[in-house]
Amino acid sequence: MTHHPDKDYAGAKLGMWLFLFTEIILFGGLFLLYAVYLRSYPQEFAAAGGQLNWIMGAANTVILLTSSLCAAMAVTAVQRDEPRRAAALIGGTILCAAGFMVIKYFEWSAKIGHGIYPGSEHLKAGAAGESVFFSLYFLTTGIHGLHVLIGAALLGWIAVKVKGGRVNGGDYILLENGALYWHLVDLIWIFIFPLYYLVL
Amino acid sequence: MIPAQHPQTSFWNDTGKTGIASWIFSTDHKRIGLLYFYSTFGFFLVGVLLGLLLRLELMAPGRTIMGAATYNAVFTVHGVTMIFLFILPGLPGGFGNLIMPIQVGARDVAFPRLNLLSWWLYIIGAAIVLVSLFTGGGPPDTGWTFYVPFSARTGTNVTLAVFGVFIIGFSAILTGLNFITTIHRLRAVGMTWGRLPLFTWSLYATAWVQVLATPILAITLALIMAERTLGTGLFDPTRGGDPIMFQHLFWIYSHPAVYIMILPAMGVVSDIIPVFSRKPIFGYKMIAFSSLAIAAAGSLVWGHHMYTSGMSDTAVLVFSFLTFIVAIPSAIKVFNWVSTLYKGSISLEAPMLFALSFILLFSIGGLSGLILGAAATDVHVHDTHFVVGHFHYVMFGGTGFAFFAAMHYWLPKFYGRRYAEKPAIVAWALMFTGFNILYFTMQVLGMQGMPRRYYDYLPEFATLNLVSTIGSWILAVGLVIMLVNLFRGLWWGAPFTGNPWGGASLEWSIPTPPPTENFLEEPVVTHGPYEFASLKNDGTV
Repeated sequence: MTHHPDKDYAGAKLGMWLFLFTEIILFGGLFLLYAVYLRSYPQEFAAAGGQLNWIMGAANTVILLTSSLCAAMAVTAVQRDEPRRAAALIGGTILCAAGFMVIKYFEWSAKIGHGIYPGSEHLKAGAAGESVFFSLYFLTTGIHGLHVLIGAALLGWIAVKVKGGRVNGGDYILLENGALYWHLVDLIWIFIFPLYYLVL
Repeated sequence: MIPAQHPQTSFWNDTGKTGIASWIFSTDHKRIGLLYFYSTFGFFLVGVLLGLLLRLELMAPGRTIMGAATYNAVFTVHGVTMIFLFILPGLPGGFGNLIMPIQVGARDVAFPRLNLLSWWLYIIGAAIVLVSLFTGGGPPDTGWTFYVPFSARTGTNVTLAVFGVFIIGFSAILTGLNFITTIHRLRAVGMTWGRLPLFTWSLYATAWVQVLATPILAITLALIMAERTLGTGLFDPTRGGDPIMFQHLFWIYSHPAVYIMILPAMGVVSDIIPVFSRKPIFGYKMIAFSSLAIAAAGSLVWGHHMYTSGMSDTAVLVFSFLTFIVAIPSAIKVFNWVSTLYKGSISLEAPMLFALSFILLFSIGGLSGLILGAAATDVHVHDTHFVVGHFHYVMFGGTGFAFFAAMHYWLPKFYGRRYAEKPAIVAWALMFTGFNILYFTMQVLGMQGMPRRYYDYLPEFATLNLVSTIGSWILAVGLVIMLVNLFRGLWWGAPFTGNPWGGASLEWSIPTPPPTENFLEEPVVTHGPYEFASLKNDGTV
């Protein structure tokens, strides 16, 4: 077949954007629960939110924004047919993703060390709103972390294709869509960070 | 799987590959469509069998063939099978895949490999659901709605079943985004939005609901799994959670999902009625628009499932009002179908009979839906057999009969052979009669106060329950006749070539059965899908 439907750029992007909508709505369910329970337990949420380490959260925000910058620059590099630079930039994104997960690991293990995790005895004994807050916190950041891992793996796979020349200046939709997915992962964190670390 | 002796080469054999692998790894939308059709229809038959068992249990008061716990499991598995394994993927995955790309004048969907992945995800999800029935604590007994707190506490295998449905949700999302992209990007030259067949229009509206609503199902099911495995307590009042929030999340998906089930069925009927009335569809634009209106308004009415759950009165009022709004676009469709019939040259062949009974049964189901949509009447019939009767009228009488209409109308196109007309009409008459005996009695029983989801009932309900069960047998006999006649016809029946129904949409302009590439040359569309005057004397488009 001469014009394979896969090479319909606008179509491929449309499909990706539709998929991104579904991701936003998936997290939307969790944000909806956050909104309703915040209204039920404003004080408990404030107390629990104060226990989160906003410096680590801010560091992760900077890291993710940097990673998104790298991803966007990688797209430009591929458009200019600079595969080595593009692969290096994707490497930067993946490195940032790893840094994000390491910080997340320290945050989570500190909380778990204090007996704060879904279903823990400590939370069962404490205020009801606090248990709801931390259950939501672990679920939301957990599912987000899963998306970081998936996005990083996806970009790693694309980086191999960039190096091999199969993603190039003439055919880079795969990288563009991969970068779009990465921006979504970033975008969702941009909502999680203020809601859990800052506004309470 | 190949039907006997095709007159010419077609997608069944023109690639030279006919083995099982050439089917289950095919990216051809027609092969995937048939895979979807047979797998979903297989689950439909399983669901029918379970439904018959439920009716058998309710034939007489007290324990008839199963106890309370078994009954709970059977109605749960009946619901999960019918909804998640048959109705939701059935029409879009089956006939949507078979017909839609041809109707827009494309060789295939926009993402053929993603399409194959959709089917695989569906099969994997279905397999997980099946495994959940025989492992762990046994089949789930929560009802298909998985309401907390029971679903968080029951010892049955809810987690695995929910995980299977979660996977199937991905399959629906991928089908939806594939169809939207196909309809936007791959329409043939001259195939304007105003020339899209109404079946394709309905799939377009459906696809948006699949894309925008299914993620909420995914997160809701993930929350059940977290509730059961991690003990998150988000819906547990003793831990600060609110069970009503589960119901909100569940119905934010599951009410729009009802429109995923009914919209394509409306599309099937909109395509069949003008063809068998020999008359262009009345109000094309309004039917297309009402599909989008139903999809949009239908996303805002989920709360009408929760009038007795303890929502605020304001919320009840708002949801009740919005529910009545959905009735408007639905009624637009019904009136337009009836106006199409008016002064038409109606030919009562099997697809038309199924389509006509759709109008009647859907109208009964829709009107009883208004009784449930009005909060004042709903509190009296909530969780009674009236609700069971209502949604079977809409889902089975509506979507089910439209599915049968589509089977008689479109499957011969893909086999090049057809069923015998007389047995098809006998089967239709039996099914239509049996259906009404089965479900109308349920609505009466519900009005009298018989609750749903109990294996036992008070003696005063005995007569009508017996009548209802007898109706289920008549329906089953009709179904068996229909299947034997239809599938015998598709394999060994009389040849079906050219354009015997006299349709004017693109699927009737290509060879029967279609070649893998669908169109022998790039189609150029010069007329609308219901302009029958454009048909040549030999019936070609």
